[in-house]
Amino acid sequence: MINDHAFTVDVEPQMPLLWVIRDFVGLKGTKFGCGISQCGACTVHLDGNPIRSCSFPVSSATGHKITTIEGISAAMDHPVQKAWIELQVPQCGYCHSGQIMSAVALLKKNPKPGDAAIDTAMRNNICRCGTYQRIRKAIHRASELMTTETKKAF
Amino acid sequence: MQTTENINRRNFLKITGLSGTAFILGLYASGNDSVASVVNMSGLEESVALTPYIIIEKSGQITIMNPRPEMGQGTYQSLPGIIAEELEVSLDQVTIKQTSGEKIFGRQSAGGSSSVRTNYTLLRKTGASAREMLIRSASETWKIPMDECYAENGKVFHRPTGKNIPYASLAEAASKLEAPKEPVLKDPKDFKIIGKSTPRPDILLKVAGKAVFGIDVEVAGMVYASVERCPVFGSKLVSYDDSETKKIKGVQQVVKAERIVFGKNHYEGIAVIADNYWAALQGRKALKVEWDHQGFDKFNSNQYEQSLRELAKSDGFVVHNSGDFDKAFAESTATLEAFYESPMVSHSTMEPMNCVAHWQAGDMIEIWASSQGPSLIKDELSRSLNVPQDNIKVNIMFNGGGFGRRLQSDFASEAALISKAAGKPVKVIWTREDDTQLGPFRPMTFSAMKGALTADGKAIAFQHKVISPSLSVNRTANDDKSKPDNLMVEGINDQKYEIPNMRNHYVFADFHIPVSAWRSVTSSTLAFAHECFIDEMAVKAKKDPLVFRLEMLNKESDTKKVLTKLREVSGWDKPLPKGRGRGVAQYEFFAGLCAHVVEVSRQANGSIKVDKVFAVIDLGTVVNPDNTKAQVEGGIVMGLVAAIKDGIRFENGKSIQTNFHNNRMLRIDEMPQIEVHIIADGGNTIKGVGEPGLPPLAPALCNAIFAATGKRIRRLPVDLAKA
Repeated sequence: MINDHAFTVDVEPQMPLLWVIRDFVGLKGTKFGCGISQCGACTVHLDGNPIRSCSFPVSSATGHKITTIEGISAAMDHPVQKAWIELQVPQCGYCHSGQIMSAVALLKKNPKPGDAAIDTAMRNNICRCGTYQRIRKAIHRASELMTTETKKAF
Repeated sequence: MQTTENINRRNFLKITGLSGTAFILGLYASGNDSVASVVNMSGLEESVALTPYIIIEKSGQITIMNPRPEMGQGTYQSLPGIIAEELEVSLDQVTIKQTSGEKIFGRQSAGGSSSVRTNYTLLRKTGASAREMLIRSASETWKIPMDECYAENGKVFHRPTGKNIPYASLAEAASKLEAPKEPVLKDPKDFKIIGKSTPRPDILLKVAGKAVFGIDVEVAGMVYASVERCPVFGSKLVSYDDSETKKIKGVQQVVKAERIVFGKNHYEGIAVIADNYWAALQGRKALKVEWDHQGFDKFNSNQYEQSLRELAKSDGFVVHNSGDFDKAFAESTATLEAFYESPMVSHSTMEPMNCVAHWQAGDMIEIWASSQGPSLIKDELSRSLNVPQDNIKVNIMFNGGGFGRRLQSDFASEAALISKAAGKPVKVIWTREDDTQLGPFRPMTFSAMKGALTADGKAIAFQHKVISPSLSVNRTANDDKSKPDNLMVEGINDQKYEIPNMRNHYVFADFHIPVSAWRSVTSSTLAFAHECFIDEMAVKAKKDPLVFRLEMLNKESDTKKVLTKLREVSGWDKPLPKGRGRGVAQYEFFAGLCAHVVEVSRQANGSIKVDKVFAVIDLGTVVNPDNTKAQVEGGIVMGLVAAIKDGIRFENGKSIQTNFHNNRMLRIDEMPQIEVHIIADGGNTIKGVGEPGLPPLAPALCNAIFAATGKRIRRLPVDLAKA
């Protein structure tokens, strides 16, 4: 299941999930950066947890729920996306699918992370443009937006 | 957009192929001879050409062309924003399109922090001309005076009655009018976009995973390729065995490949072509290749650097000579000398090099790529593949980082040749290892510094001798070393310090490894030597480093203004607690001017933490303040990586660094706080934004380390143990 749709692909079991998502399922938002789990550009969720899809064999993903950047909201209105837009975080933007996926996973587990928790959760995602200061601010902002939205829901 | 090349001498013209009829407004292109010779418009200056940046369709659709690729620096907003400002439309009303190297737009490449500063007035005039013609068209339609009309929000309004007509209904009539000779530009106080932190439209795509980068392109019938190349530069292919490769499911073909850098360095490779990228990669791993390294596997950085230190003994070229350096140096009782070393580094854009190429019948080539310049790709393919420019169609996608790497189009000519061999469109993706090891790299520069002070501690003599490989020689065909390479002494003659006796030198060093511009080019390394040595002189003079600098800036200058502002915003005169230190540096070069104060603290384990960076950038006019801050933040981070991380070192002929585990980048937990201040005093002076934040970082950092520890760092990356 990728973004709540079931897919069947006929590929080598060792093929990393990344290439299946990009080239067989056709979702290009997840990026190739390093191929060795060092940069986080390929981050997706496996049952809600962030994984590096460049080094994750597709065979291990069968039967699990995969979420990619395209699956976190239908209308670009996930609080993390809203905060990313508000603080104009991306520059080239290439790493930000991965950054956003790591941030979404962090906030799910820890809705009000401090700077240290943000650093720990986000240190596996490299941004060569150097947007880290904005990433940190945007995660705090997304946390606020989530609190407001939760309040509205009641 | 091919039709735009057949443009006539009208201000607007009808073209088909868009939805219905569209009108394209032409405007001044900056002195490009080839364009000027094609079109010579009446009503405009002799050398002015017609360039269609604005397309208004009958449906109401307005398209603005962006002539500089977007690589994170913000041209997707800033350039169309300048046109939109004068045209009186908001950016959410328009579609932005990237140009594709059409001659009519002149040279299209993004580099040198030049996109805004070289296009600002031209693009304003483009928008203003269109606005004026639309207003005139409305006034003629209504048969009322023009001065009773104004444009706003994509419509022309009649001031007294409030009636209005959308641009779409006016465009055809407007197209028949003469373009104004001197369009009236808006008063800056009325700006709605320029000078405001307007949100960047590309960010909406980027947070949704919908921005299409080169690596995301798919075309019908496309196959994938991965290329085995030798990381030992200069090696020759002896033989290869692809029998195991061909057993891998999905592998279609194995062909010889050729990477051509700067049109003159040819590197052989073996391309594995497959149904999918993973199969191509597995096939590549299964190749058995024999290379003849021709002795180049003996090359290593340690030896090479020693040769640069030897070269430092020679004079090389004198690149600046004012006063009498030798006399002033000899007569001074307070002289100092120091030797500074900056390493090679990689660009390491997050999107590795890649390209989709389709070599079609009749030698027609179509390219889809992340590139800093469609014109650059056309030049490179035409030169290296001997194909006429008109046969080449280029589609520029969002760049996942550029930093100067994507000024080279080696990846495009290589992909084109593989497509030719395959007979179908091919997507070539470099692995991170390819991207890290194969360059071109920022060259190392070494600097021999000399300085002398007067008895009362004023700088009386200064010398900066640069010893390095040459970017210009490296990339040109003739290897001309009869003249100094001005790129390699960038900025060293041009700082505003009033030092009466200064003589600077450049010494060529031969180098077989391809090197190229890297964000802020040679200023990225020379500023380190230059501004750290100024600090050493301040220490010798027993003066505060910032005061010492200001004492050499008696005439009014932007540098003086920037340092004065920096002193104030950084709280420079307020002492820091023990164990902490701050350092200052500035650097002015072709791209602009920025200065930093860096604050560091000593940690219990003896390491240094970078706490905070205060930056002041001088612009004259600012187009997007928030984006300017983002660019300075980015420059600081990139400067920090180059100052404290691994860099590129060669052993046994090849780069030791292969991927992000040993070519480490800054991560979020190492991120200092950054506070950026912009000086924008207005006027038409406009300086660059993308690069100036980088050069002052390393010297400000090392000056701060000295302040905190007493250790003078003269070699990067910083190694406290060896200092």
